[in-house]
Amino acid sequence: MSSINVGYFPGCSGLGTSMEYERSTRAVCRELGIGLREIPDWNCCGSTPAHSTDSALSAALASRVFAQGENAGIGDVITPCPSCLKNLRVALEHMEDPLFSARVEALTERPLKMQHSIRSVLQVMVEDVGTERIRGRVRRSLKGLKVVPYYGCLMTRPEKVMRFDDPENPVALDRLLEALGAEVLPFPLKTDCCGGSFSIPSRKVTPRLAGRILDMAGEVGADLVVVACPLCQMNLDLRQGQIRAGGIDRVLPVPYFTQLMARAFALPEADAAFNKLVEDIEPAFACMQRRAADIEAEERKAAAAEAEKARLAAERAAKAAEKAKDAGPDGAGAKSAGAKKTKGKADAGGGDV
Amino acid sequence: MKIGVFICHCGSNIAGTVDCAAVAERASTYPDVVYATDIMYACAEPGQDAIIAAIKKHGLTGVVVASCTPRMHEPTFRKAVERAGVNRYMFEMANIREHVSWIGKDIEANTNKAAELVRMAAAKLRLDRELKPKSFPVTKRLLVIGGGVAGIQAALDAADAGLEVVMVEKQPTIGGKMAKLDKTFPTVDCSSCILGPRMVDVAQHPNITLYAYAELEEVSGYVGNFDVKIRKKATYVDWDKCTGCGLCTEKCPSKKSYDRFNEGVGPTTAIIIPFPQAIPKKASIEREYCRQFNKGKCGVCAKVCPTGAVNYEMQDETVEVKVGGIVAATGYDLVDWKVYSEYGGGRYPDVVTSLQYERMLSASGPTGGHVKRPSDGTEPVNVVFVQCVGSRDPSIGRPYCSGFCCMYTAKQAILTKDHIPGSQSYVFYMDIRSPGKGYDEFTRRVQEEYGARYVRGRVSMIYPKGGKLMVRGADTLMGTQVEVEADLVVLAVGAEASANSSALAEKLRISYDGYGFFMEGHPKLKPVETNTAGVFLAGSCQGLKDIPSSVAQGSAAAAKALGLLSRDMLDSDPQIASVSVNRCVGCRKCIEVCPFKAIQEVDMRGQPKAEVIETVCQGCGLCNATCPQGAIQLSHFTDNQILAEVEALCRF
Repeated sequence: MSSINVGYFPGCSGLGTSMEYERSTRAVCRELGIGLREIPDWNCCGSTPAHSTDSALSAALASRVFAQGENAGIGDVITPCPSCLKNLRVALEHMEDPLFSARVEALTERPLKMQHSIRSVLQVMVEDVGTERIRGRVRRSLKGLKVVPYYGCLMTRPEKVMRFDDPENPVALDRLLEALGAEVLPFPLKTDCCGGSFSIPSRKVTPRLAGRILDMAGEVGADLVVVACPLCQMNLDLRQGQIRAGGIDRVLPVPYFTQLMARAFALPEADAAFNKLVEDIEPAFACMQRRAADIEAEERKAAAAEAEKARLAAERAAKAAEKAKDAGPDGAGAKSAGAKKTKGKADAGGGDV
Repeated sequence: MKIGVFICHCGSNIAGTVDCAAVAERASTYPDVVYATDIMYACAEPGQDAIIAAIKKHGLTGVVVASCTPRMHEPTFRKAVERAGVNRYMFEMANIREHVSWIGKDIEANTNKAAELVRMAAAKLRLDRELKPKSFPVTKRLLVIGGGVAGIQAALDAADAGLEVVMVEKQPTIGGKMAKLDKTFPTVDCSSCILGPRMVDVAQHPNITLYAYAELEEVSGYVGNFDVKIRKKATYVDWDKCTGCGLCTEKCPSKKSYDRFNEGVGPTTAIIIPFPQAIPKKASIEREYCRQFNKGKCGVCAKVCPTGAVNYEMQDETVEVKVGGIVAATGYDLVDWKVYSEYGGGRYPDVVTSLQYERMLSASGPTGGHVKRPSDGTEPVNVVFVQCVGSRDPSIGRPYCSGFCCMYTAKQAILTKDHIPGSQSYVFYMDIRSPGKGYDEFTRRVQEEYGARYVRGRVSMIYPKGGKLMVRGADTLMGTQVEVEADLVVLAVGAEASANSSALAEKLRISYDGYGFFMEGHPKLKPVETNTAGVFLAGSCQGLKDIPSSVAQGSAAAAKALGLLSRDMLDSDPQIASVSVNRCVGCRKCIEVCPFKAIQEVDMRGQPKAEVIETVCQGCGLCNATCPQGAIQLSHFTDNQILAEVEALCRF
């Protein structure tokens, strides 16, 4: 599997609030040989404001995206945003029903002709590229970095739609971050609600829910929270001032997993785009480097101790061989030593009696 | 031949969608039918009397009743015609209820179909011959599979009535799940104190032979004369020599073995006596943990055993027993709750199952009856009980209610307060199901006197935080979300049919439902019989039930078995296969297909021929269909009779 060619749907946040996700995704895909063909003149996926109003109108938006893909000969599409993923996939599944699909086609006037699939960037990384190949690309290991992965509500749920990883305790991102060299801490709130778009109807809800996640991340000792969703990232990163005002005193950077991949692959700084984060990530990296140095020193010490042990063992073996040679004139030292040992044991047995 | 036809209304069950009078009228035109009528309830006393009267009045020599399934009332009507002096096999039934009236609403179509079914039955009846049963002797010995409380009750009742009983238990001790419980609801009396003496009775009863750590290997034969093979699994300890002194369990160096009896609360040794009151109180070696087997050296138990009972060379042994009846009492297992990743899926040590909690509460358990958090050994203050974990949950294929969890949870909440007076219990529940004698009062008592806080709602998530467990759920009565900080969480894990129950059912040739529970003969009227003669059910293997119901069903199964085995002779069913030696070419195909080993090869003037062993044949008809020569005929279902039915149906 040398190269993968897929259609690419950046989603609206990729052009604005999650520019760093978009940039690092493209850079990392380039590095891993994933050819991204952006769907020409794509439009809104049909997310929350649309699907909560009318499912057919929402599906019509999604359907136009796929129709645009067909114009460029694109059937299989990936997207970094879980919300886009969910909408595009739900639209495809609903359109398997001929009645529903007729309603959508009446709106778009563009019936779909090709087979379509939609998956997340994370899913492609884990399932198609694989953690081993990712590990092989790492040039600047994240050794010493303590991270918690945060999947949010949509990456693995609803289970029947997403069909990816364990819905309640997913581990795909854990494995990927381990491949980058980071230390992944057990994180019980990895699929908890970040507050989503609740900040629109009620401003108090989001900081409370996002604060709970940050608080737990801090409590388990994480340097940062790794995310895969633009809305989660915004709630967890942008609102830390509000969260601190609510009494939870945690300062944690919240990068996208693709940004950490860009750093581990030693891609240019502009590709990782850490400068787009609200909470500064550099202190976390500084901490990582100190810890990595400590770990390496420990490892060197342990290796030296191991080598010393091996040397002593070899020395003892050599001495024993020398002795055996002196004792046994015909050179069957080992055998006679064995015989001696057995005899000793028999003697001891006799003593018991 | 003079045939009488009776079309049953079954109240409105049949008459609601079948024109019974029209069916009777059409039946009167069928060959040999001299009398046809419709009747309100054929099975009721006036109905049976009417059939008998008609037989006498019209001199009938054969009877067709069109009503329900023959599973329901064929024996009833056979007895009725016999009372009128007609051979019981000169009777046919047409099923116009389950096969017609209950499945369609089109009266015209239903009436036509009913008339056709009656035509087939009458056509078959014309070729019926009088059959006479033969009788055979009965083996007056009962096999009880499973030594839980239901099996124990069945065995003791049967043995006390004078029957010989063989009990097979797959674990090294009898006692089942009840032996693991600390107390029982709603009386909160000590479980082992009431069960222990019964277990001793089983061991000491002169009529009971106990095979513990053994499994049923094979069953052949038939009601009254089953041949059973029991595999005694190797315990690596000669139980004739073992005195149960326990020295080996003290000295065993492999101290990290999984403790099956204590549900893994604390480790145990590789050679074990499951618990102090175990019956039989004998040691056995768990091979997977034993150093002698895994590393090839150790032998400590063999050295310390004062009677030299340990034998690492021991092999499984097969025992063959002949029994007349079988009681299956194989109980249940807990659902694998680890599918619930939202409850930690086993990642959090302080989330335990209800059965593990019982072992913690029990004075003879690994914690000596002290409730301690498995993670750090401290005493919990806030204990949260989560009900319906694996019950009433279609998402994991367990949509049914396990029946006893509401009650044992209430009991455990009471015991928690008794053990730790300063504790506070919370119970998350869906509905409190307590329909038993004194049960609802009990669930009130735990809330009103013991202060357990009952929260109506499901728990969505359990997660660790700062050494505690946060239990997040809904309070659907208050319409709010709740989060409880718990020191210990006890999951009321639901129950399912015991592992391999389907394999056992196939050995016993009984049916089981989609969940693996054994099917009773009739959901209301035959709760302990199965559709296989001579096989009875007791306890949770038939459907989940609590201790009182299990005991009641154990007694009921014993009563049914005693009824069967009190007879010296049983009538054999004459609806069996027979071989026409002129046609048989000795190809042995019938011998190969017979599931009952009822056909043997005999030599007839130098020619091999098949011969049916009449008492073994169950009349299943496999040989009949297999025989390439048409040499085997099944009495009452001959090829000619089946063809007559086909021809009656496909006339044009």
